[in-house]
Amino acid sequence: MALPPFQTLLDGHGRDVHRFLIANVGPVDADDCWQETWLSALRAYPSLKDASNLRAWVFTIAHRKAIDHLRARGRRAIPVAEAAELAGAAPESVLADEQLWSSVGQLPDKQRTAVTLRFLVDSSYAEIADVMGSSEEAARRNVHEALKRLRKELNR
Amino acid sequence: MNENDDLERLLLGAGARLNLEPPDLPAAAAAAGMLDVAYATTDSPLGPLLLASTDQGLVRVAYLDFADRDEVLQSLADRVSPRMLEAPGRLDEPRRELDDYFDGRRQEFDLPLDRRLMSDFTQRVLSATATIPYGSVSTYGAVAREAGSPRGSRAAGNALGSNPMPIVIPCHRVLHADGGIGGYTGGLERKRTLLELESRQPRLPG
Repeated sequence: MALPPFQTLLDGHGRDVHRFLIANVGPVDADDCWQETWLSALRAYPSLKDASNLRAWVFTIAHRKAIDHLRARGRRAIPVAEAAELAGAAPESVLADEQLWSSVGQLPDKQRTAVTLRFLVDSSYAEIADVMGSSEEAARRNVHEALKRLRKELNR
Repeated sequence: MNENDDLERLLLGAGARLNLEPPDLPAAAAAAGMLDVAYATTDSPLGPLLLASTDQGLVRVAYLDFADRDEVLQSLADRVSPRMLEAPGRLDEPRRELDDYFDGRRQEFDLPLDRRLMSDFTQRVLSATATIPYGSVSTYGAVAREAGSPRGSRAAGNALGSNPMPIVIPCHRVLHADGGIGGYTGGLERKRTLLELESRQPRLPG
């Protein structure tokens, strides 16, 4: 089967995977998870049987790395907003972001994964379902539940 | 206004601010032994060149004004390995030698070569071609004889046409016996330019 040069995947999805990981594990650990994700992908790439949806394939790996990482680390606050600060965002938006990311960090794994895929990297519900190995219906429900919880949390 | 819309806007805005540069991959991939093909683009007086190497050495040089970049890369993925990354740092040496060549400071390339993209016959023809000194020319018939080919100059011409490393293996130094310029993988204008460049330089003591 003709697989495209690996660089094509990296060009197309490298930054999105990084943003997804920052929101899920924080900016410091995201770099490690990002490299582990792409090295795992590179290792498996030549023997990949189905190349029809490479984006979902890479995000599946990233999603698993993030979950493994959070389990190994135990539940600790994820300092996501630091990333906005490092990227040079205005202090007042960093402050607002901090509250948002701290609430996102407290979501159950499935809801956090689904909502970050939906709003940070513009995944469709079909793609979220592919990445999480769930039905499209479950993907919709996870995003919906996440928004409901976040709204409640942020309005408190 | 719908509260959900506000929240979604908040998420989109905050997400867009998570815009940090991802870390380096080629070095980590190479350290893990999983970077099969490294490639880079470099400028030259003959237009942009694509250079690619494996752990064995330079494997491909392509004129990007002449060949389609995506096709060259896909062909490397198919014929060598799809584990390919753009990694300019790993092509510093070929790039430096090419710069020196175009500046007239270098007359021979001193690079390890990976010949896997050449058939056996092409390898023999190109080995014969590689012995033609800087500034000199030879003929299709002569390299065919040197390659031990009963098939003669036409087959040698085809083999030269499939040279995966023009410039570095100097197929531009092969002409027709009657003095005709013959063909060239990068177009005849480039062949003339290379021959002219080499004729301008005094021969360096080898």
